Amino acid sequence: MKKSMLGALGVCLFATGIASAHASGGKLLATGGVTSIEGAAGGGLTPWALLSSYAEEGEWGGTAAMSQANVSDFRLDLTAASVNYSNRIELSVAQQTFDLPEVIGGELEQTIYGAKYRVLGDVIYGNYPQVSVGVQYKENTRAALPTAVGSQRDSDYDVYVAASRAWLNGPFNRTWLANAAVRATRANEIGLLGFGGDLEDDHQWVAEVSAGVFLHRSLVVGAEYRQKPDNLSFASESDWTSVFVAWFPSKSLALTGAYVDLGEIAGLSGQDGLYLSLQGSF
Amino acid sequence: MKYLNGFIFVFVLALSAPAAKAESLYQQLGEQQGISALVEQMLFNIADDRRIRHHFEGSDLSRVHEMLTEQICDLSGGPCTYSGEDMETSHSGMGVTRSDFNALVENLQLAMDDLDVPTGTQNQLLALLAPMHHEIVE
Repeated sequence: MKKSMLGALGVCLFATGIASAHASGGKLLATGGVTSIEGAAGGGLTPWALLSSYAEEGEWGGTAAMSQANVSDFRLDLTAASVNYSNRIELSVAQQTFDLPEVIGGELEQTIYGAKYRVLGDVIYGNYPQVSVGVQYKENTRAALPTAVGSQRDSDYDVYVAASRAWLNGPFNRTWLANAAVRATRANEIGLLGFGGDLEDDHQWVAEVSAGVFLHRSLVVGAEYRQKPDNLSFASESDWTSVFVAWFPSKSLALTGAYVDLGEIAGLSGQDGLYLSLQGSF
Repeated sequence: MKYLNGFIFVFVLALSAPAAKAESLYQQLGEQQGISALVEQMLFNIADDRRIRHHFEGSDLSRVHEMLTEQICDLSGGPCTYSGEDMETSHSGMGVTRSDFNALVENLQLAMDDLDVPTGTQNQLLALLAPMHHEIVE
């Protein structure tokens, strides 16, 4: 009994040692961003050039996250995980479930496989912004409804280029962060309503921007804007915006809260509400 | 119009008041004494940090303390002239990684927290040190 308890204690200490060694990855606090709604490191609604976790050159890192957006008539749930090697390449997978209001009934689902490659630069150091390219392969697994409203296919890919830069001593002696991305996509409501439509069936370039200010190195507030295509004639699609606050109590944990305005979705306007996300890093 | 003039007056006053009181970074850091205490606390933190303390083994820590204090005094606008080697020379062959550099930044941040250095002052100092990244990291 005593021996097995000691053994268990030993395993615990060993595991804690590993966990703490991994949790103290070499990047600075918050430079892994948080898990965006498509699983890539970013803000809430958009991917940034930052790579997930705290893995620096030669290190491995990863994240796991759960998020929920509750707007007037819909609810989006996200479960996501990612790995990062050497702060060079990020691989992610995300599962989205989109609860529909009773008047429509049921739910929509998609799985998103993402890869992001840091091409150059660093968000903090050096003369260039951090620039990354990414691809997201999206598979809608509940395609009946999207097809019925005009979606042309149930899986597709997005590609994007993102740039991120922080100014350590910006206005008001605070650290500021800006991100800009362009994405080629033909997703309807980011893919939840399929890909391509009766109005437009080609990839289009859309812009995604965000900016934030660190009130303290563990607390950032900011806003995001995400442009979206409008491919389906049955209902118009809105650009998305958010105002967020993200708290990084340690390199192991990040909490994000946001007010999101998703405009009109599937003919139902005024879709705004709260977004919450919890991310663990190792 | 009267109100507008009044508003402009108050606005200009509001802008100029903090400027009149503005302290240099050197003063914000507590001058020679404050910077010396800050560097000392940072070196204590480093000595406890398994990630990077090996870089300081065999170093003359009192000289490291003296040189860093002088360098920060100089950078922050204090009455000092840094007399040590340039960053590239003093770190050549040490094999400082990107993670090591960040670990040092974290130790400095913790030291500034310990000494109640406000966020705005911390950011000013970090922004002065960040450009050394490419000279120190191999």
